[in-house]
Amino acid sequence: MTEQATKETWVEIQNIVLEKGERAPQVPEDTRAVPLEMKVKGFLVHDAIVGQKAQIITAAGRKIEGTLVEINPSYTHMYGPPIPELSPIGGEVRAILRERGKAQ
Amino acid sequence: MSTNNSYTAIMDRKAEIMRSSVGIDYDKYITGPLSFDYEAMLTDTGYDLETTRKIQDLTAVGNTPLVELRNLTELARAVSGPGKGARIFVKDEAANPSGSFKDRRASLSAHEAKKKGYKGITAATSGNYGAAVASQAAKAGLGCIIIQEAFDSKGIAQPEIAEKTRACEAYGAEVVRLSVGPELFYQFLIVLMETGFFNASLYTPYSILGIETLGHELAFQVKEKEGRFPDVVVATHAGGGNVTGTARGLIKAQATETRMVAASVDLAGLHMASDYAFNRKSFTTGHTGFSIPFSTWPDRADVPRNAARSLRYMDRFVTVTQGEVFYITQALAEIEGMERGPAGNISLAAAFALAREMEEDKIIVVQETEYTGAGKHPLGQLNLAKQMGIKVLRGDPKENKPGEAIVIPLHPSQIEAVDVDLDRIRRSYLRNAINSLPDGKTPTNEDIEFLAADTRSTREYVEEVIHGLKGKN
Repeated sequence: MTEQATKETWVEIQNIVLEKGERAPQVPEDTRAVPLEMKVKGFLVHDAIVGQKAQIITAAGRKIEGTLVEINPSYTHMYGPPIPELSPIGGEVRAILRERGKAQ
Repeated sequence: MSTNNSYTAIMDRKAEIMRSSVGIDYDKYITGPLSFDYEAMLTDTGYDLETTRKIQDLTAVGNTPLVELRNLTELARAVSGPGKGARIFVKDEAANPSGSFKDRRASLSAHEAKKKGYKGITAATSGNYGAAVASQAAKAGLGCIIIQEAFDSKGIAQPEIAEKTRACEAYGAEVVRLSVGPELFYQFLIVLMETGFFNASLYTPYSILGIETLGHELAFQVKEKEGRFPDVVVATHAGGGNVTGTARGLIKAQATETRMVAASVDLAGLHMASDYAFNRKSFTTGHTGFSIPFSTWPDRADVPRNAARSLRYMDRFVTVTQGEVFYITQALAEIEGMERGPAGNISLAAAFALAREMEEDKIIVVQETEYTGAGKHPLGQLNLAKQMGIKVLRGDPKENKPGEAIVIPLHPSQIEAVDVDLDRIRRSYLRNAINSLPDGKTPTNEDIEFLAADTRSTREYVEEVIHGLKGKN
């Protein structure tokens, strides 16, 4: 199914800035084996289809062209579950402070 | 477009793009093949401490609380020898508008950009500084573009940087997110060239002068409470700005007896430009991947002459482990009631260890905290670490191995500040300096003086090291 976005929708576009063969000489091997990619968000200048070329206006007013990758992209970073290796620390340090309180 | 935007074409125009984007004629300060007039470069901006303070006041930057960490001090004393365990204070820089001391660094750049009629400001940064520039730009009514190294080739974003993307966008900035690689600088030059925006580099005089208020403020806050200046100030060390600006502020407060300690999280073994290592660092700043190269050669920065020259100011340079920082971050939340970001707590982990070496009546100040939130938190970082196959376990922090194992201490007595040999750093700096000399040039008298000041050593020391280097060639 083709996903279509209308003009003025908040989207993200993607571009290849440097292909594998164009990377800087000082870059380590693993990084040189992949292209340098760029992602920027902005408002669509025209109706567009995900996976195809699109032009956006960024928050700074720049017009940039690239492949439309996401419509109204989410912020997906999170805390995740508690870390079992951190959870007991509070109890442990409070116990040390209690012992010190008793000793004084 | 008719202009040539190839990597080499843009890099060749670097000097010219930089000059127009910072508005500083760096050539004016050159005094020899290696030396330049550092103090004149800073003074000529016209931003003395009082002027800076007034500008920062306009946007509620600075004047952050100084908090005594009584419970952490007690904890340090519980694991110290008799009579040991200095009082630990923290400057709660998270109280700045965008949540970190970086607002101080961004404030003068935004002010200068506005004054000189630039339409916007831009910075190449994946950290708190981006949010600070975006926040200051919002207040000044300037356009803002932040360029980040944000995700690896599999599209996995580093959670702390993802949070920074969100924060910058919340402040109305355009965020250019790039995959891993130092060519971020190339993209940065293109943006500067296309927009004509002001380069709010972390390494201009504006950025460093903006931090002087932090050192000055904390010196007088301690003096007001305790009747004297602090014995030790610990600053998280990456590119060198934090150490440089804070130390300069202390000197301006005449707290000349206060010792300046730089602290970094040890990331030895991880390559900073590696796509593979990118999401295995668990720290995006305050680490040795920045602090060692920038201490040994500050002029690797994105401006011709770096105003952050940390070796001039540090009395001591220590490292702590990833696991120790996560441990102290958890302890800070649970016994001091202050939930703060882990990167800002690097200096706290070091201070905890250093306090144990010091007498009980001494005062040690951690000069920053940073805000915390999803991604920018031990949980976000450690969950990613586990996803990337890094072992997370309780044990002896000496077993911590960046990129392979994060070892959370079993007991606070295991937290240690490991000294970086400053003599080795100085020698490495001098080797870099000599290697940077144009062919056929030898250091002049001015150069030797400059190198002695830049390495906080003497003419004799510099001459001896340079002589030794010649012997090897």
